[in-house]
This record gives sequence, structure tokens and C-alpha cells, in this order.
Amino acid sequence: MAPILEYTLKSIVLLLIGAGGFAYMTLVERKFIGRLQSRIGPNRVGPFGLLQPMADGLKLIVKESITPAQADKLIFFIAPAISVIPALIIFAVIPFGNSPWLNLAANINIGVLYVLAVFSISVYGAVLGGWSSNNKYASLGGLRASAQMISYELALGLSLVAVVLMAGSASLNQIVQYQHPGNILGWLIFRQPVAAVLFAITAMAELARSPFDLVEAEQELTAGFMTEYSGMKFALFYMSEYVKMIAMSALFTTFFLGGWSGPGAQDSWLLSLIYFGIKMLVCLLAIVWTRATLPRFRYDKLMAFGWKVLLPIGLANVMVTALLIVLRVPGYR
Amino acid sequence: MAVREPDQQIKESPGSVVSAQDTQMDITLDQLRQLVSPRALSGETMLMNMGPQHPSTHGVLRLLLELDGETVVSCVPDIGFLHTGIEKTAEIKTYTQGIVLTDRIDYLAPLICNLAYVGAVEKLADVDVPLRAQYIRVILAELTRMSSHLVWLGTHALDIGAMSMFLYSFREREMLLDIFEMVSGARMMTSYFRVGGLWRDIPDQFADAVRQVLKLLPQRLLEYEKILKENPIWRERTVGVGVISQADAIAWGMSGPSLRGSGVNYDVRKAMPYSSYDHFDFSVPLGTHGDVYDRYRCRMEEMTQSLKIIEQALNKLPDGPVITDNRKIAPPPKHEIAYSMESLIHHFKLWTEGFRVPVGEVYHAVESGKGEFGVFISSDGSPKPRRIHFRAPSFYNLQALPQMSKGALIADIVGIVGSIDIVLGEVDR
Repeated sequence: MAPILEYTLKSIVLLLIGAGGFAYMTLVERKFIGRLQSRIGPNRVGPFGLLQPMADGLKLIVKESITPAQADKLIFFIAPAISVIPALIIFAVIPFGNSPWLNLAANINIGVLYVLAVFSISVYGAVLGGWSSNNKYASLGGLRASAQMISYELALGLSLVAVVLMAGSASLNQIVQYQHPGNILGWLIFRQPVAAVLFAITAMAELARSPFDLVEAEQELTAGFMTEYSGMKFALFYMSEYVKMIAMSALFTTFFLGGWSGPGAQDSWLLSLIYFGIKMLVCLLAIVWTRATLPRFRYDKLMAFGWKVLLPIGLANVMVTALLIVLRVPGYR
Repeated sequence: MAVREPDQQIKESPGSVVSAQDTQMDITLDQLRQLVSPRALSGETMLMNMGPQHPSTHGVLRLLLELDGETVVSCVPDIGFLHTGIEKTAEIKTYTQGIVLTDRIDYLAPLICNLAYVGAVEKLADVDVPLRAQYIRVILAELTRMSSHLVWLGTHALDIGAMSMFLYSFREREMLLDIFEMVSGARMMTSYFRVGGLWRDIPDQFADAVRQVLKLLPQRLLEYEKILKENPIWRERTVGVGVISQADAIAWGMSGPSLRGSGVNYDVRKAMPYSSYDHFDFSVPLGTHGDVYDRYRCRMEEMTQSLKIIEQALNKLPDGPVITDNRKIAPPPKHEIAYSMESLIHHFKLWTEGFRVPVGEVYHAVESGKGEFGVFISSDGSPKPRRIHFRAPSFYNLQALPQMSKGALIADIVGIVGSIDIVLGEVDR
């Protein structure tokens, strides 16, 4: 019974952290992007606007949730759930720190595969939500979502192949251990810069965040696949976006920034957790920063970029990495 | 009159006339069908309404898009949602009262509309405007052009997804609106120009405020260039998109930066100088390809040129009266009324019925931020215009949209609409 209880408790805590992280991520983004745009950002609700996410949540809960008359009711209803559940369960394999209490299943040896698989499921939320809405804007958004995800999933996978080749394991815990905790040059971002850049770009596309936010391109498709959604269903899509953002940042930290490693992290679980948090926050702010800076890609250019640029680079990177490993070049085992 | 979606409502046989109660116009079904390709009627392509409520149609423009996937097969603009009847209303207003209406035509450049209108009335009534007033008009018109371009830059960049640009350019626009408020008391609905000059002289802080703009804006414009000019995504989205050739641009009656982006050197300020624009040294930026990027470049360069004009005008600003001393047109100063019977009569006449202008017709054009803004007035000698017409550049520029957007993607449509810089208040009047 004990392991079941342990995993249940850990899962509940993780879900709560995921949900809370989502709420406060919206605030962090609004504050940070506000500063970038020479504004102040929300500061009315509570001190420094700290209660803003609660107010937003409350508002969305009490809003009427409208289902269009011509919509496919069942799919329209479950699409937000399909979107948000995979986003939340990704956290299961992420090692948050140097303690068994800080990771749920980070030791499983198919961690990378699990991440890729779960992320692929998440896109069904957008596709089904868009198609079931019976709205032209929404279905265009859904179409864009499926095309975009398929194109970028491949390059994302290839960037991770290089990581797995280097670490010799698909377990996220092993990948962190491999990056020589304590030595910054051990981080894979320095030994796999191409894979890191590739992962960063494709992750952004996978998240459908600016400049790849064609799925919900407000200026073109009003709100894309979310056009017909309101109330809590809308909030779930929103939540899935932000939770995925946090998850992607955590994954980037794990794969390329040495995870929880840092000076003294081997001995203290608290330090390791703090290091992990800081690195993750940097990634999150970078995502927001990108949004404040870049214009949006165009649909056809996005596809061309994915297939003609990122995919060949990813393939070449895997080849070169494999070659370096086979030739036993120092630093590449 | 709305274009109906054929699959739902239209049941009549081809060629029949849509009932008059529905449309009030004699438009045959065949004519309606001409708007889209036969493929749309069979359901092979998708008809999509973009607007009138849509985040990037700049007001209430409705576009009927025929889409093949994401590719636009045809695009039919539908206007009239912001019709305010300004031209008709002007017929029951005196010439002075009419100024207030012109603020509302291009509400992003009210002073330029004021300028065009008073210019036309001055031409008709043959009134001389003091040089000081002319120079102040030039300064304010150029500031207005910049504020109009800043709104364009912000919204255009926002349409293409560069959202911060919007907030930056509105921050700068605020400085300009403060100046308008300083001179006229209103940020947007200025009505500052009068027939024969200005409502009142500029306040003392005016020169300092304008110099502040002259100091700050060049740096800020440089920042904007850094964000967008060489940005690969921005270039990808704008270069080669929405191309219109010189000949087509002229044939559609386009004007302003949208025309100059195609390389046609036509600027009313140079071609038919008004308000002593010929006293100032400035150049007219031209594009070469006629695409969205060139139109963007033209407007950015124009802002720099505007700064140049403002600086010259401010340095050369002469002293003197700001309104003509023709008492038949301009009201006498308050102190004169106290002792001059004649002034009292003028005052009374001007305020009870307004001034009269000779019988005739006049067309006067100015270069607004959007293009050639023209005013046509037909006068029957009474204090009110018999008929007035505004040649709104946005209206003519918008006509070219279907041609520019053929074969484009949905994302390009918002880029193209942004690049021709329409203001719906002006399109519909």
C-alpha cells in the first residue's frame, strides 16, 4: 500500500503545483511583458497585483460556459480536458531536485519517449476543439494546430535524440546525472548547442507561443481554435498553454541546463530545488521576452522553416553527434 | 447591403432580382455571384466573413474572403458600417460650424482634415492667411501626420504580431496629443483652424513642447527601426506581399504613402503646395516594389521628413497675427467690439448667420497621412455650402485591396489592410 499512497500524494501535490504555477505564471508574464512594453502590468488586486490570478480564476468560474448550437457537444466538452491533462502529467518524469521526494517517476528509463508521447496527445485538444466548434475561424485554427505540431514534433524529437545519445539513457534522472553536477561546462547546452537551439525553437512552436502562435493568431483568426470557448473551458485551454510552458521550461532545464545541478546541490535537496527553480524561471522569462519582441510567422513560412530548415539541421546534428561518440572524441565519451 | 451566403438563403433562379424590400437596390443575383468564384457556390472553397467585428480590420471593415485552404481566392470589401453622414450634415451647418465635422472624418488626423476644409473655404472666399498662421498650420499638420503614422505603425505591427511596437508608438503619440490639447483644448477633436487663420495663438509652452518632440522622436524612431527594419520575420511577412504596380496604383486612384510605395512621385505638398509648404526643404520618400515593406519604409521615412519640416517651420516662425483681419470672415477681437459699432455688427452677423462666400465651386487638396485628402465645395452664395464632398484617400486606397490580396494568405490580408492604412471614419464618412 505504501508506494501507492506515496505516489498518490506526490501526484496530488504535483497537480496542485501545476495549477498554482499556471495561475502565477500568468501574473509573471503580465508583469514582465508590461515592463518590457513600458507599462506597469496588473497591480490593482492585492499587493503588487498578487491576487490577480485569483480574481481572474473566479471570474472565469462564474462566467457562463456557452456551447454553440451546431457544435459537436461531446468533443467540444472534452477537448479542453484532452489539452490540459497531458500538460499536467508531463511533470511526472521531471526531476525537480536531488531527493526521491522531488521526483515522481524521473527514474523510468523511457522518460524522453514519455515526454514526446504525452506532448503529442496534447495537440488533439486544439485540433478537436477547433473542429468541433463548427466555426470557420476555429477550424482554421485547428487545421493550423495539426499541421504545425506534426512539422515541429519531428525536429523536437531529433534534438532529443542527440541528448539521449550523449547521456546514453532516456531517463531524465540519468540525463541530469550525466551533466556532471557542479561543473557548468558539463551542461549539454555547451556540448550540444545545436540541439539546444533546436529544442528551444521547436518547443516554442510546440507550445504555439509567439512567434509561432498561429493556432490562436488573434489578428488573423480572432482566437483560433478557442474562438467559441468561454468560461472554465476557455480557462482550461489557457491553463494547458501555461502549464505546457512551465513543463517545457523544466524540460529545457533538465536536458540542457544541468537540471537541478549546481554548487552544493548534491548534498542539499533544498539547494537543488532552488537551482532548478531559478533555471526554469529564466527559461520562462525568455519565452515571454520572445513574445514581446518578435512578429508572428506566416503559415507557409512556418511549415517551410520546420521541414526545410529545422529537420535537416536536426538530422545533421544527430549524425555528427553519433559520429563524435563513435570516434570517442573527448567530451563525447 | 449585405452579400448573402449562397448556400443558405438564395433560392431564386439565376438572373432573378433580389426583392426590393431586402436590398433597396437593383442588384441581380448574378451580380452577387460575380463577387465570388463558381467554386464557392459549389462549396469547394470556403466563404469567410472577416469583420465587421474583427481585431485587425481597423474599425468596422467587412471583408468577404473566399478561401482555398488558407489561400485567398478573392476578397470583397464591404463598407458603410461607420457611415456618419458628415457630407450631408455639413449642408445645414455654416462654414465655421463645418470645421467641427471635419475632425470626425479621419479621426486619427483631425488637424489635417481641418486644414483641408478651411483651405477650401479660403480658396472659395479668397481670403489671405497670415504667414504665422500658415507656419503654425504646417507644424501642427506635420505633427498630426506623425501621430497618424504612429497609430498606423503600432496597429500594423500588432497585426503582424509584433505587439510591443503598438505600445511604444502609442506612448510617443501621447506626447503629440498633449501638444494638440495644449493648442486646442482637445486631444483628438481639435477644430483648431479657422477660415482665415487659427482659433487663437499658440501658448508659450508650445515651442518647448515641440522641441522636446524633435529631440526625443528621432531616437525613438531609431529604436523602432531596430525592432522591425531588418527583422527576418518582419521582412518575410512584408517583402513581396500585397504588390501593386505603378500603373495599377494610379488606375485605382491611390495616393499617399500607399501610392509612393509603388514608386510614383506624387505628394500634394510638392505638386500643389498649400499653406507655404514650398518654403520648406524636404524630400518625398519613394518605394520601388510596391509591396507592404516598401509602404512601411515610405511611412517611416516620412516621419523623419516631418520632423525636418517641423524644425524648419519652428525656426522660421514669424511674429504677427494668427488670423486674417478681414472682418467679413474672421470675428473682431473682443476689445474692438466695445467701441466700434462696425465690429459689433460684424460680430453679430458672424455669430447669427455666419459669413457668406461667393457662388462657385472649389476643390482643395492636402496631403494627409493617408494620401490626397480633397474637399470639394459647391456654394450658392449663402452662409452654408450647397454641397460638400470629401475625397477621402482611405476610400480610394481600399479599392485596390482585392487586387493586392489575390493569391495571398489570410495572414497577408491583415498585413495588406494594415499597409494601406485605412481609417474607417474616412472611408464611410
